[in-house]
Amino acid sequence: MIFLLTSFIVSVIGAATPLLLAATGELLAERAGVLNLGVEGMMLIGAIAGFAVAHVTGSTLLGVLAAALAGVALALIFAFFALGLLANQIATGLALTIFGRGFSALAGAGYVGMAATTLPRLRVPGLSDLPFLGPVLFGHDGLVYFSFAAIIGVAWFLARTHAGLVLRAVGDSHDAAHAMGYKVLRIRAAATAFGGAMAGLAGAYLSLSYSPMWAEDMSAGRGWIALALVVFAGWRPGWLAAGAYLFGAVMFLSLYVQGFGLPIPSPFLSALPYLGTVLLLVLISRDRRLIRLNQPASLGRSFHPAR
Amino acid sequence: MLLDLEPRGARSRVWTYASPLLAIALTVLVVGLFFAAIGKAPGRAVAVFFVAPLLGAGGLAALFVKAAPLILIATGLCVCYRANVWNIGAEGQFTLGAIAGGGVALGFPDAPFWLLYPAVLVAGVAGGTGWAAITAWLRTRFNANEILTSLMLSYVAQLLLTWLVTGPWRDPQGFGFPQTAEFAAGAATPMLAPGIYLGCLAAPVLALLVWLLLRHSVLGFELRVMGQAPRAARFAGFGETRLVWIAMLASGAMAGLAGVFEVTGPIGQLTNTISPGYGFTAVIVAFLGRLHPLGVVLAGLLLALSYLGGNAAQIDLGTPAAVTGIFQGILLFLLLGSDVLILYRVRRRAGAA
Repeated sequence: MIFLLTSFIVSVIGAATPLLLAATGELLAERAGVLNLGVEGMMLIGAIAGFAVAHVTGSTLLGVLAAALAGVALALIFAFFALGLLANQIATGLALTIFGRGFSALAGAGYVGMAATTLPRLRVPGLSDLPFLGPVLFGHDGLVYFSFAAIIGVAWFLARTHAGLVLRAVGDSHDAAHAMGYKVLRIRAAATAFGGAMAGLAGAYLSLSYSPMWAEDMSAGRGWIALALVVFAGWRPGWLAAGAYLFGAVMFLSLYVQGFGLPIPSPFLSALPYLGTVLLLVLISRDRRLIRLNQPASLGRSFHPAR
Repeated sequence: MLLDLEPRGARSRVWTYASPLLAIALTVLVVGLFFAAIGKAPGRAVAVFFVAPLLGAGGLAALFVKAAPLILIATGLCVCYRANVWNIGAEGQFTLGAIAGGGVALGFPDAPFWLLYPAVLVAGVAGGTGWAAITAWLRTRFNANEILTSLMLSYVAQLLLTWLVTGPWRDPQGFGFPQTAEFAAGAATPMLAPGIYLGCLAAPVLALLVWLLLRHSVLGFELRVMGQAPRAARFAGFGETRLVWIAMLASGAMAGLAGVFEVTGPIGQLTNTISPGYGFTAVIVAFLGRLHPLGVVLAGLLLALSYLGGNAAQIDLGTPAAVTGIFQGILLFLLLGSDVLILYRVRRRAGAA
């Protein structure tokens, strides 16, 4: 029983980590007022960049760094068009996803079917051998611990630091923030870049740890689920973590139950995470007041400094 | 930065129409540079991508066949996007149109054409409309973001298709391939000329009709006001719920029709992959066509060329088919970037040397 529970928790953490990484980045970007729908594209670029660099250099650390940089590069393309040239953010984000899917498929054409160098598990001597607590708390790879640190760090940054306050001001009223002398576009570009880095890391987690290989479209909609999680969380980090693990559990179960040979066709089970996302959005969005209170007031709006 | 954007104060009519042309020119340039970067001679690569597909026998027919679904879907999206209703899930509505129409075609293989074919088309339109209705209902009843729900439902639609063609509807004589039996002759979309299906004519005709409707009806005006000035629309008493429903259902119907035309025409059966991403490419078509059904016809032809060009490059240059997606992404980026010139003019920054 305890063994089953342990492997369940470990599997859920694995399935939740890419969602948590990508959604943490998107949450910060959206709090600054930037709606980047290109998460899926940045994730795929991160996945192939991480896979390819780790494969060529043999170093997963370099792979992870390359994935983050690739995500940042794509995010900066978004920033150039959506922030610099005031393009519609929804359409620009879609362009980023279409471009990222195509570019990752092109870059990954030579890597299909190859075995990946996998991220090493960071073991703590003694602690990792504890029953239950060992595998649940001390047996993961670095990106899992980084995802814990990142969501806590973002929560602290937004709630407790002056810079976080400024970022929220930019997201809630860019005109007021601009009038107070803050560089709205620079702050937004930085937040967008952070979102890109996190989406890139989410991709690297997929291709170097969760299913260590490269396949076209391997993120399978996780970028969009991450976007939905941000809405579900009401732009609050604590809820985001809860949502990511809930979805990790749904994704894990939809895979796990398929192995049982139940008389349910596997496409139905595969559809569960997508249907679950819809259900979650419905449950949270019906409370219009909650959305109105929590959604950054300038989300998705272009800003042009008049002076 | 040495350049600055200065508001024009009004929309530039010239740049509304010049911006797509600028974007296309820049895209050809960037795609050429891109081919050079991956070690292909840029001049020849651009020729292979943009010109060669049209020269061979049947090139134009192939272009029209690819353009038809794009034009149909994008025409519906124009209605949505004008009203600021962001239906991103046309791919799913296309799939459900194909499934519903295909289901009727498979169910009555012996019915005569005059009875079966209209029923198949009606089922296809109903399938797409019904799938879009879910998103419309979730948005109007529960305030759920239509971008995310329509997109999630696209994944669900694809899984539904996978289940049907690998399970209950699989062709017993199909050697286990994920596909249904071929549709009977009574359910086949007629050809108007060799390689030119009925859909190739229906697409521009419907685009024209939708344009007339948007231009000359109160509904078209209401949709525009809701998109550009939602507060004004509310004060004027235009029902938002009603307009969201109309926009979603119209685009779902068009996508469903595109889906049923595709499987009863060029494909001839249901398979696991019935669309190379038409539903997403149509978003680009709608923007490039200025959310104007007639512009959409021209834009649909160009984006259709990107599919043919991607195939040609695959054969002649050995690049993966994914080059099509890269082209499409770059085109949309550059179009959105060029659109800044509609509202702003570029000035040298005062005082910058």
